[in-house]
Amino acid sequence: MEFTFDLNTIWFILIGVLLAGYAFLDGFDLGVGTIYLFIKGDTNRRLALNSIGPVWDGNEVWLVTGGGALFAAFPHVYATVFSGFYNAFMLLIFMLIFRAVAIEFRSKQPMQWWRSMWDRAFSVSSILIAFLMGVAIGNIITGIPLGADKEFQGTFLGLITPYTVLVGLTTVALFMMHGSIYLTMKTEGDLQEKTKSWVNNAIIFFVICYTTVTMATLIYYPNMTLHFVENEWLFLVAVLNMLAIANIPREIHHGREFRAFLSSGAAIFSLLLLFAIGIFPNLVLSDPNPEHSLNIYNAASSQKTLGIMLTIAMIGVPFVLAYTISIYWVFRGKVKLDSSSY
Amino acid sequence: MDVEILARLQFAFTIAFHYIYPPLSIGLGVLLVFMEGMYLKTGDKIYETMTRFWVKVFALTFAVGVATGIVMEFEFGTNWATYSRYVGDIFGSALAAEGIFAFFLESGFLAILVFGWNKVSPKIHFLSTIMVSFGSMLSAVWIVVANSWQQTPAGYHIVGEGLEARAEITDFWEMVFNPSSIDRLSHVLSGAWLAGAFLVISVSAFYIIKKRHVEISKKALKIALSLAIFASLFQLFTGHNSAQGVAETQPAKLAAFEAHFDSSAAAPLYLFGWVNEDEQEVKFGVAIPGMLSYLIYGDASRPVTGLNAFPEDERPPVNIVFQTYHLMVAIGMLLIAISLFGAFLWWRGKLFDYKWYLYALVFAVLLPQIANQIGWISAEVGRQPWIVYGLLRTSEALSKAVDANQVLFSLILFIVIYLFLFVLFIYLLNEKIQKGPEHVDETLDTYTQQKQIFSTKN
Repeated sequence: MEFTFDLNTIWFILIGVLLAGYAFLDGFDLGVGTIYLFIKGDTNRRLALNSIGPVWDGNEVWLVTGGGALFAAFPHVYATVFSGFYNAFMLLIFMLIFRAVAIEFRSKQPMQWWRSMWDRAFSVSSILIAFLMGVAIGNIITGIPLGADKEFQGTFLGLITPYTVLVGLTTVALFMMHGSIYLTMKTEGDLQEKTKSWVNNAIIFFVICYTTVTMATLIYYPNMTLHFVENEWLFLVAVLNMLAIANIPREIHHGREFRAFLSSGAAIFSLLLLFAIGIFPNLVLSDPNPEHSLNIYNAASSQKTLGIMLTIAMIGVPFVLAYTISIYWVFRGKVKLDSSSY
Repeated sequence: MDVEILARLQFAFTIAFHYIYPPLSIGLGVLLVFMEGMYLKTGDKIYETMTRFWVKVFALTFAVGVATGIVMEFEFGTNWATYSRYVGDIFGSALAAEGIFAFFLESGFLAILVFGWNKVSPKIHFLSTIMVSFGSMLSAVWIVVANSWQQTPAGYHIVGEGLEARAEITDFWEMVFNPSSIDRLSHVLSGAWLAGAFLVISVSAFYIIKKRHVEISKKALKIALSLAIFASLFQLFTGHNSAQGVAETQPAKLAAFEAHFDSSAAAPLYLFGWVNEDEQEVKFGVAIPGMLSYLIYGDASRPVTGLNAFPEDERPPVNIVFQTYHLMVAIGMLLIAISLFGAFLWWRGKLFDYKWYLYALVFAVLLPQIANQIGWISAEVGRQPWIVYGLLRTSEALSKAVDANQVLFSLILFIVIYLFLFVLFIYLLNEKIQKGPEHVDETLDTYTQQKQIFSTKN
């Protein structure tokens, strides 16, 4: 399809940016959750929890806003995916609830059983949330059965295939790496030393998953590479992605955690960019019957709504970025516990 | 049971549970601004202690509100996919605006409000409190606008036919300021202020009765009572405007409010009663003749459109709407009486002298909560059988890809999880109240913490 820079394309990009922002930000606090049970000792766990304490809630708003923007810009995608993946979304919702509650309630009681119960809830829900999101992305790549009426015609179990599970695991590994780097950045002393060893393990875990998923995609879903074949310069994104990943262990080795964190963020952004280029201009591929796929035109809201939303975004986003950055600035540095901590 | 009933039950249950929390956050947010403002103005530490205490309660309600709120956004898509396709073009921009303007604002500044006491100057902290409060009210703006559009659609046209038909926006501002937006928004906000105010009033009265934290509680009670006096009276005004608006834009709903069947007759105003829908009459009712006609048109003899003017398949269920509406109005009046009596005692310098009044205040915390819940029931059930008034029926708005078993299963899980959540919430809230505002956290100082980190080999 011819690339035209119209409102539909802009909203494809903007929703991509919102979801990438979500993966970058909530990615690290979900990541802290994935390694959380490896952390021993109550104070250490509190330090880990409070490293994300003030910001995890704001990070999740990126998901809420991404969902809202999807509803507004591409209502058919929102309706088809959310109703088609009903059971998966319900599971996701329950995990999001448990996670929020676990963070909030964990340190409110001193009893051992209370804290270890919420610790498990926090960690398991973080892992499952990351996994489910990966499975969802996997299903977008493989395609799902859609009818002419844009409705999902498959089954819940049909969504779980070796490939989608592999994408799910890769997402968990990615966030694990991202989150453990974040935790190294926010801690000191013994806890930091321990976290550093997890960073290395997480990188290895991620690289294995990543290589496998890349091979599987190239072999089984070559349609994802179409745009890269047509426009060779797009391969630069793949190169950047490799460099970003390769740079992480280097920065960690030199003790530059913040730069390692930025590298891992760059890896997340470039991975999502590769995915977005791969599916463009489709949003949900239909398999079989590719003619029923939802793309940025047949699933979109009217030009008028897309225009209004663009105005809203242009007014709102600068504010959001400005105070998000200031808030991170206020809470910069190593995490310390005080009377307002979790 | 069929999908429609189950999906409606699930939405009703999840939204009702969610709606316990945002009104508390909105109401407490306003009070926090006053409390912290008093601290900055007077420099009196007692206001700082008060603010810190209520910030903790605020954080608790906010957390449950966020956790249950994300469910609401997802449920439009999971259970009401056809509705989402139909209204996405209109509803979506309001929801996106809510995310970009309101949610980021409140959740961002909440970090400083709760965790930033020692990180920023008192003025910046106060600014964050204002931003959180402002953000929580902005969230109400967009979601109420979207709901109001469902009640009184405006600024749209229908594109496509049959199954392909959907509403598309023609005028953004006409959509935002649709005929019921302002009335309903002011009514909702005012109800939220009452919820927050009466929570503070109730807890403070409890402390005064128990002779604990007396000085701080007297001050807090006065701040909250001031808001309650204003909000309860303002509610009378917004409620009246709302009812007049409903008479004009949703006559079937108004007729159900008052169980008025006969279009040719002037309508009475019932104080209470029981509607027999088959015989189309109100049993055991006490009514002021012609009063509804008078309130709407200023003329007690003018006829009001009755339910008989609508085909049977376009009438809402009457008794439940009648009962919830009347109970809401009764509670509203009671809240005015409680607030004004408090104002009278305050003026006479006897606000804290009558134990029975303080006890009444302790239990009054439930009243705004009940009124908020049943007010929504009456507004939403009164819109039936439509999901978008006059345009789309609730029965046609469901997800085609979802079957009854799936919804039944998720509904059961929601009930179990939410009951568990509610018990936890009450338990933790009670514990905070038992500890009280002057409670100093026994958290270790930095030095001991560091020592502990290094000694934890486990």
